[in-house]
Amino acid sequence: MIRVVLPAQLCSLANVNREVEIQVDGTATLESVLDGIEASYPMLLGTLRDQVTKQRRAFIRFFACGEDLSLEPTTKPLPEEVAKGKEPIRVVGAMAGG
Amino acid sequence: MSKVRILVGTRKGAFILTSDGRRENWEISEPQFAGWEIYHLQGSPANQDRLYASQSSGWFGQVIQRSDDGGKTWAPAGNKFMYEGSPGTHQWYDGTQHPWEFKRVWKLEPSLTDPDTIYAGVEDAALFRSSDGGKTWQELAGLRQAKGNLWSPGAGGLCLHTIILDPGDPKRIFTAISAAGVFRTDDGGQTWRSVNRGLLSNYELPDPSAEVGHCVHSIAMHPARPNVLFMQKHWDVMRSDDAGESWHEVSGNLPSDFGFTIVVHAHEPDTIYVVPIKSDSEHYPPEGMLRVYRSRTGGNEWEPLTKGLPQNNCYVNVLRSAMAVDSLDPCGVYFGTTGGQVYASKDSGDNWTTIVRDFPPVLSVEVQTLV
Repeated sequence: MIRVVLPAQLCSLANVNREVEIQVDGTATLESVLDGIEASYPMLLGTLRDQVTKQRRAFIRFFACGEDLSLEPTTKPLPEEVAKGKEPIRVVGAMAGG
Repeated sequence: MSKVRILVGTRKGAFILTSDGRRENWEISEPQFAGWEIYHLQGSPANQDRLYASQSSGWFGQVIQRSDDGGKTWAPAGNKFMYEGSPGTHQWYDGTQHPWEFKRVWKLEPSLTDPDTIYAGVEDAALFRSSDGGKTWQELAGLRQAKGNLWSPGAGGLCLHTIILDPGDPKRIFTAISAAGVFRTDDGGQTWRSVNRGLLSNYELPDPSAEVGHCVHSIAMHPARPNVLFMQKHWDVMRSDDAGESWHEVSGNLPSDFGFTIVVHAHEPDTIYVVPIKSDSEHYPPEGMLRVYRSRTGGNEWEPLTKGLPQNNCYVNVLRSAMAVDSLDPCGVYFGTTGGQVYASKDSGDNWTTIVRDFPPVLSVEVQTLV
C-alpha cells in the first residue's frame, strides 16, 4: 500500500481523512499512484493533473522523503520507503499569495 | 406559505439563506465547499431541490457539484470540459493569437423544463451542455465560430458569464461574453451569430461599433417578454426590443452608467435594477453611497433606492451575477457585495435590510421561490 497525504480541500472533496492508502500493482511510480488515486476517488479527477494530457496542475507538488518529486519523470520508481509504505507521498498545494 | 432560498457563491465557499415568505428572519447555512471559490450556484426551475454549483480553485481546478435535496447534501458531478475538436485560438491582450484554454465555469443555467439538462458558461469563453445531470459535458462549438478568433479577454478573463434560455422558444438561447458581446442561437445551439448592433465602445475598441469585442457585463430578460433584453455594458445601460437585433442606450439620468449587474422585476417587465459603479478603474459606488437604481419605464428614467443601504464610506462592488429577484408579491430583490454583505428588499427595492454583513466577497446571488 502506498500512503498518500492529501491537502485539506481534497480531503473534504473526497470525504476522506488526511491520509489514504492506494493499492498499486507492480512497480510504484507517481503515475501508477495517481492512477490509483483517481480510480479510488473519481471525484479527484482533474484536481491533481489534467484529465487528458495527464500533466500535473501548475500549483500541485508531490513531496516524499524530504524530496520534491514534482519535476521527476512520472514513470520513475518511487523511493523504497514510499513503496514499502514507511513514508507517505505528500500532495501539496503550492504556496501562493502573501 | 411560500419560502425563499438564496444561493450565495463567495470566494471562500457557498452559503444558503432561507426564510419563509415574510422574508424577515433568515436562516444562514454553514459554509459549503469551504475554502473554494464558488462562482455560481443555481437551482433547476423544473425541480426546486436540484441544485448545481460551480466549485473551483487555482490549485485544484474545476469541480461541479450537484444536490438533489435543496443543498442539504452534495455530490461531485462531471468536470471534464473539453473543447470540441481542435480548440483553435482567440485574440490575446497584446493582439496576438492565443490557444483556447479551459479555466473555470462562470455560469450554470439549468433547463427550464428538464432538471438533468444544464448549460455551463466557461472561461475561456465557450458554452457546454449536459443532458445527464452534469455527469458529462459537450461543447456547443458553433458559438466559437461566431468570429471567436477576434474575441479577447477583459480584465476578468474571456468569460461566458450570462446564459438566457428563451421561455417562448426552446431553440433560442442568448449568451454574453466579456469581451466579445452578445450571441444568439435560433436552432438549439448549433449555429450562432453576434447580436451587437447599436453597442458603442468608444473607449475600449478601435472601431467603437465593431461586430464583436464589446465588454458586455450582464444581460437580463423578463420571461413574459422574451424579445426585450436589458444590458449592463462596461459603460452604458442598453436595451433591445427585437431580441438583440439592435440596441439603444437607456442610461438616462444614472450617476454612472458603468456597472456589472442588471435584473428585471418578477412581475413588471419594464421595471429594472442596476447598481451604478463609479468607473472601470474605481470599482465602487459613486460618492461612497451604495445605491440601487430602479427604472419603472424600461430605462432612461431612474430613481435611487437608498433606504437601509450605506450612504457614506461605502466602497464595495456588486458583481455581474450578484443580484437576483424572487417571484413573490411584492417582488423581493437581493444582492451581495465584494465586502461580504447580502442585502434584501421585500418591497421591490423601496427598503433594504442587511441579511449578512461579513461573508467572504460575494461572487453570485440566485434566488429560488419555493412553493
